[in-house]
Order: sequence, then C-alpha cells, then structure tokens
Amino acid sequence: MKIIVSIKQVPARDSQLRIAPTGKWIEDSDLAYEINEPDAYALEAGLQLKEKNGGEVVALCAGPARAAQTIREALAKGADRAIHVEEDIGALDPLSAARLLAAAARTESPDLVLTGLQSDDLGYGQTGVIMAELLGLPHATIIMEVEANDGGIRVKRELEDGWFQHVEMPLPALLTIQSGISKLRYATLMGIKKAKSKEIRRLSASDLKVESSPASIVLERLHLPERTKRTQLFEGSPKEAAAQLVEKLQFEARVI
Amino acid sequence: MSILAVLEQRGGAWNRMSFETLAAAQQIAGELNTTASAAVLGQGIDALANELAGKQLEKAYAVEHDLLKDYTPDAYTSALRQLIAHARPDIVLFPHTYQVRDFLPKLATSLGKVAVSDVISHRADAGALVLVRQLFQGKVNADVRFAGEGPNFASLQAGAWRADQLAAGSAPVEKFAPQLSPGDIRTKPLDLFRESQRAVDLGAAEIIVSVGRGIKEADNIPLVETLAKALGAELAASRPICDAGWLPMERQVGSSGQTVAPKLYMAVGISGAIQHLVGMKGSRVVVAINKDANAPIFEVADYGIVGDLFQIVPELTAEIEKRKRS
Repeated sequence: MKIIVSIKQVPARDSQLRIAPTGKWIEDSDLAYEINEPDAYALEAGLQLKEKNGGEVVALCAGPARAAQTIREALAKGADRAIHVEEDIGALDPLSAARLLAAAARTESPDLVLTGLQSDDLGYGQTGVIMAELLGLPHATIIMEVEANDGGIRVKRELEDGWFQHVEMPLPALLTIQSGISKLRYATLMGIKKAKSKEIRRLSASDLKVESSPASIVLERLHLPERTKRTQLFEGSPKEAAAQLVEKLQFEARVI
Repeated sequence: MSILAVLEQRGGAWNRMSFETLAAAQQIAGELNTTASAAVLGQGIDALANELAGKQLEKAYAVEHDLLKDYTPDAYTSALRQLIAHARPDIVLFPHTYQVRDFLPKLATSLGKVAVSDVISHRADAGALVLVRQLFQGKVNADVRFAGEGPNFASLQAGAWRADQLAAGSAPVEKFAPQLSPGDIRTKPLDLFRESQRAVDLGAAEIIVSVGRGIKEADNIPLVETLAKALGAELAASRPICDAGWLPMERQVGSSGQTVAPKLYMAVGISGAIQHLVGMKGSRVVVAINKDANAPIFEVADYGIVGDLFQIVPELTAEIEKRKRS
C-alpha cells in the first residue's frame, strides 16, 4: 500500500502571537515551528498501516524552506521519503493550498492519502476533503481506525456525542485522522541517522503547473478576540490569589 | 441576494445546532435586506419540513430521496449541488457539525469556492457580509469576506447564534427530488454505535473541576482530584487528557465529549481550544487557572488566576477546606 501523509508545519503551540502591521497575518519572523499536531497522528496512522500491511509512506509537505525541519522529523520517525512543495502557504486559502498538495500527490498515484483533521494555525479543517475532491477520491473524516479489507478499507468514523460509525470504501481513498487515537512514536537515533540519506523531492508550484487563481474568500483583517466577559483576575501570591477567588465564589457568585 | 440555511437531521431528529443556523440566516437576511429559506435533506422528512413551514422563511425545501436516508458525502454533495442550481441562493449557511465538515469542503470545491468554516460572528458592512472566524486555536480572530458572486458558503460554530431568537411565521414547503443513483455513491456507511454506556453524567453535576494539558503528567492528576473532592465536584477533562488515558473518555468535556452547564466550572490548565469551549461555555460561572494570560479560556472566564497551577491548586484546596471547617 502506497500511503501519502500530508503534513503541515505550524507555529509552536505555546507561541505568543503578534499581529503584523499589515493586519493581514501574524509576525512570523521570530516564531518557533513544529508539525501540526493532528498531522503527527496522521503520520503515526500511516506508519502503523505500513507496518501491518507493507508498502511505503511518503510525507508530503507544502511550506517555505523552514518546513524542511518538519519533513526531516517525519523521515526520522519512519517515512520512507518525502515531497517538499516549496511555497509559502501561510495565509493561503485552503483550496489554493490543497491544489498544490493534490498536484504533488497526483504524481505518486497513491493508494491512500492521510492527513490531520485540521491545522492548528488556520483551522479551516478542509484541506483533506478538498484534496479528495480535486483528486477524485472517496473520503471519510475524523477517522479513529483503519483496516484493510479485500481491495478496500473499513474505517471507524467519530461522530458527535460519543457516537461512531463504520464506513467501507474502495481504494484509492483519502482519510482525515482524528488526533489522539494512538501514542505518537519518537524518532530513534537510528531513525534520525537514516533520515539523512532519504530522498526529499523538492517541487515548486510551477513544477506542478499549478497557477494561482483568485480565491473566493479574502482574509481581510486579523484582530485579537474581544473578551465576551470581563474576567476578574486575582493577583498576589498563590495563597492570596486562592483566598480572594474562594471569597468571591462564596459571597459574590454564591456557587460554593 | 438570498440566503439558504441547510439544516441537519438524523433519523428524523434535528441536530440541535440546526435552529441556531436558521436563526442566523433570518438575522443576516434581515440585515442584508433579503430573505432566508431553509432546506432539510433525508428520506421520510415530511414532519421536519412541516415544522419549518411554521418559521419566518421565504421557502422550506424538503430534499427527499431514498439515497439520502443514510448520510454519504457523495449523495449529499450531489443533492445540494442540484438544489443550489435550482434555488440559486447567494449565501448558503450550515451548522458546523462533524457531518458538515465531512461534505461542505467537497461541495464548495466542486463549485470552485472556499467555504468559510467555523464562523463565530458576523456583521453587515455596506450591504456585504463580514464573517469572523478564529485562527491559531482561538488566539487570533480574522474578518473574512466573500470575494466573488454566489453561491458562497459558510458553516457556523455551535452556540454562536441563539436558537431561541428564531422568528415564527409561515413558509411554503417545496419538495425537491434530486437525481441520484447508487453508482454515484462510493462509500458504504454501516450502523451507528456507541462504545459503552456512560457511567458518569457530567450534565447533572452542579460543580465541575476540569483539567487540561497544563497538568503535564498522569501522576499530577490527584492534585486536581483533591480540589474536586474539596468542592464536592465532578472531575472532568479536556480531550488530550482522555486521549492520553489519564482519565476515562466518559469524563471528557467538549465537542467530542459531553456538553455541560454546571453552576460552577473550574478549568485548570486548560487553554480553551474551541472544541473544549463549545462543551462548557453555557456554565453559569467559569473560573480559569492558567499560566498563559492570553489563553482563550480567559475569554469565557468570570474569575481567573494567571499563574502556576502546581502552586495555586494546593492553596485553593487548602482555602476551601479551611472555610468548610469554619
């Protein structure tokens, strides 16, 4: 089974974000980056499927030169090779980003394409499904388990409120993987060493013959959220703050 | 300019977010000086369509076909494309449910569009619609506009519009029969199931102490457990804690877990990703304890302490115990 796992590099989870003077994006020059956490679970699912059914895992990532770090980590964890679409997709709308990824995936004719269910930066939660549509593949989202069954797959989808559903579909197909479904592996020293000799194919939008077309939505302005509530914050030592909080809960909010 | 709200049902029962979307459609239509219609898809949906006939709408579409009985992305996308070609709405609104997340990007892509997903609020600006959505796990908001002619698409976050503001009225029901064939449907949905009976009903708890990633390791859970005990509270958690197996899944609050509205919700080391907030923002009083003053949890908190939970929680437990004794 040839599996493509589409991964994204995003600002580290605990980043302090500032809005750029243009108001159109964040200040991103001094940020630390990491793999989008949901994509780390997609990679893990891909590696486990390969271990069970054999085949190959190809990591696919669109991003500027710094994304090479995230790609190397995926190779060190066990991806066999990688494709780096070297384009800055920062604030790109999900259709434009998915066009690049789908074009790169098409060159591989994969049996299965996996990705995380959403990104921690833009959070549209759409890239995987858009890729499926562009590639003409059946898909399912928020997947907890994948089993190969004669010529196709059977997956377990998560629905809301604790419900689940099994879905069967033929291959090739695309799945978005739910986070937290298994423990993420660490790269071993041997894995890190091996990663250095693994192939990374670098492609640009023009290599892929993807022309940028005007997006149907415009990210007009970024702003910090307005507080819907005025939060009373308690300061001082932990002991003082705790005492003030309990006082308020008891005599102002009257909930304890 | 016209607006269409596509509602969600399963087995003849509404998804509770449907009427929030319907209320939003009415409100936005009013602000843009146009009308709203609604659509429901399925099989055997007469009762649901008749319910829509009692709302203030231009029209209620009942999109009915045997192949729409069980949801599949292929059948839903095809049926909605046909409905859109027929009804020609400019803006199509959906509740941001798991099901909508599964097919809306496909539908929009098939029409060369991008859906604005998980919208939290809107405003009308000189006759155009500006939608607000969250970026970076709720740390930043963005104003988004549609750039081109309709149909344009958006999905609305749970709880962001109020279903109780829905206006009654009367609307004609139009039956719409899409052309669908079994050969067009590539996925085969099987039965729905639940994994286990829920032993813990967090929905009934008056006080909940909930713990998140900030607790760092499983060995630290007893720290919050002790606080919960002092308060007579149920212990709950955000998703990563249950995923890691540190607390059972049945104690998870959020879009994939339970929705709660206790009189006191104390969030300890929870940053407040939207998936968590939708499960608890109906709580009467929210307390947040977090080291990051910019964490989104403070946007919904009435009271907060910015600091190290490992120092604050033991002091809090001690203070509560002290008051109980006095």
